[in-house]
Amino acid sequence: MARDAVAADVPEAPAEPAAGVLRSALLRWDTALLVVLAAVVVLAGVLVEGFASGRNLQFLLLDVIAIALIALPLTLIVITGEIDLSVASTLGLCSAVMGQLWVAGLPLELVVVLVVGLGALLGAVNAVFVTKFALPSLAVTIGTLAAYRGLAFVVLGDQAVADFPFRWTDAASSTVADGAVPWAAVVAIALAVVFGVVLHATPFGRSLYAMGNNAEAAAFAGIRVARAKSWLFVASGAVAGLAGVYWTLRFASARADNAAGLELAVVAAVLLGGVSIFGGRGTLPGVLLGVLLLGAVRNALQLADVAADTLNVVTGGLLIASVVVPNAVVLARARWRRRGRAA
Amino acid sequence: MSTQPKRTLRLGLIATTVAVVLVSAACGGTTRGSEDDANPAGDRATGQADPDAPLAEGLDVAFLPKQVNNPYFTVADGGGKSATEEFKGRYKEVGPSEAGASSQVSYINTLSQQQTDVIATSANDPNAICGALNSARQAGAKVVTFDSDTKPECRDVFVNQATAEGIAANQVELIAAQIGGEGKIAILSATPNATNQNAWIELMRAELAKPEHSRIELVAVAYGNDEDQKSFQETQGLLRSYPDLKGIVSPTTVGVAAAARYLSGSEHKGKVALTGLGTPNQMREFVKDGTVEVFALWNPADLGYLAAYAGAALASGRITGAEGEKFTAGRLGEYTIGADGVIVLGPPTVFDQGNIDQFDF
Repeated sequence: MARDAVAADVPEAPAEPAAGVLRSALLRWDTALLVVLAAVVVLAGVLVEGFASGRNLQFLLLDVIAIALIALPLTLIVITGEIDLSVASTLGLCSAVMGQLWVAGLPLELVVVLVVGLGALLGAVNAVFVTKFALPSLAVTIGTLAAYRGLAFVVLGDQAVADFPFRWTDAASSTVADGAVPWAAVVAIALAVVFGVVLHATPFGRSLYAMGNNAEAAAFAGIRVARAKSWLFVASGAVAGLAGVYWTLRFASARADNAAGLELAVVAAVLLGGVSIFGGRGTLPGVLLGVLLLGAVRNALQLADVAADTLNVVTGGLLIASVVVPNAVVLARARWRRRGRAA
Repeated sequence: MSTQPKRTLRLGLIATTVAVVLVSAACGGTTRGSEDDANPAGDRATGQADPDAPLAEGLDVAFLPKQVNNPYFTVADGGGKSATEEFKGRYKEVGPSEAGASSQVSYINTLSQQQTDVIATSANDPNAICGALNSARQAGAKVVTFDSDTKPECRDVFVNQATAEGIAANQVELIAAQIGGEGKIAILSATPNATNQNAWIELMRAELAKPEHSRIELVAVAYGNDEDQKSFQETQGLLRSYPDLKGIVSPTTVGVAAAARYLSGSEHKGKVALTGLGTPNQMREFVKDGTVEVFALWNPADLGYLAAYAGAALASGRITGAEGEKFTAGRLGEYTIGADGVIVLGPPTVFDQGNIDQFDF
């Protein structure tokens, strides 16, 4: 795999313990993100009128919650070396089904439970193809990306279901103590803590890094790779279903085309957060910082009246930078070390 | 090792359940229609209109189209720009690069954060932007929708490009003139379940039932599904099935352009009349080569122009959006607000060889 290109310094630095290098590198990326995020916030606060207000913070958070939610399980998946590109389509299908179930007269509480369950089921389909048939997740989830979106249109067509009770749609954007922090963000933070603990404080979490670095070796070490990956895809589907519920209520509109294309934003946030697309590397706090950084940059540029197309260029540039900068650092460090040895 | 994943997975399951419970915790037994979901922010037309109030200068007017870089909206927003310059406001256009249902929401939030005086928007989804528009209105913005409306309680006025009656009457009039008021005609529509198309077709039937059109016979309605190729084939099919067809009406921009392309390359060119709703840029070559004599569409520049003036009148306190109020929209003259805060632009603009080069959209 081409992953050596990214993490080249890890196996080739026998002088230091590999884990130590890895950990400090991760710390450095997270720290760098934090510094950049702080700089963006301070700069935008000073330069962009309207950025530094509670109301704007609320808007910013409401805009990134769906991305943040979906990014949580996706982080774990990418760390194992897999990917799930069907997340936004899962969200859309769940939204469409939510609309139909509500039209059919089911109580909304039950609809929510069913929709999250449906998300888990859709994730399980991915899991079966990836683990039982040993197909590459990239191919499988590109397939289900198309299939789930298609199904969403079969379920709801180009119609929209909008007559959800105001109490519920209002709850989707209501804030804690009428401040700036939406309740939905509290739910997202709670889930982030759960996923963070699973990834960083359990043997299961450590086994995910092992799978990402070398799935075969992980299997020999007794890690049940297929089972672990299956659960991750199920979790990804369930969370995408939950994000579908949030999306539908936030915009008071169940539609088959909801969140179309959102998978790119989520993958961008995960990669910007320092997760290696080749697996084995990344942290959950890093990903959350990546989500916030992308959200803050977009929000600030939008307030500064930067056109949507320029905005997309900036987002893409950030993403490329997030891949190029760590590699450049690795290369520079290797060259410096070589020069040091020669002298 | 093998028990560890299990425990963690159980954790994951619990987490998901917790999340679901958190989401549904606040509510008990909400079923469709079980509660009054009246929107408290939805009271429209509050306050008094002062028809003599001067039009305010220096208003911040923002146009938020369905999608930026869409030629139709570029022209419509351009109309808004020239109106804004006339009443000495500050114009800008912002918007998403893709026409997703909810993609306009963050732009509305931004405009409300910027204390914009007038937001003129065309809704991608009537419901998705409703909440954001209402919070912008609470922050002091006046909201005008044009081309595509949101729910009436989420905006101050809606500038409608045309009424269904106006379009139906116009289309019948155009085809009748071209075929000399006599002969078989067909309609080439979009999809069989397109709401506006079906409304127009019904009204056109009613129009054709009038005594002055008694010698015109509507023999078929074909559906091109707003796909170029299907519309092309359906046109071909109509002419095979009805060799004595005198004219085709296609009230959809995709259909009329495809039908014109077929006719221009066939023996029927110049013999079978074609009219409909199309854009000048699509139809220019067919008007010039004699395939099409006249067709119609509302003028999007006028639509944007009127929307900007309506917004300025609202922001200046001249109107509140209530039925019966009047205001003047620059060169377009006086308009009266109808029921539900709807302002109708007027009859469609008719394009022919004489004027088509004055339009670029």
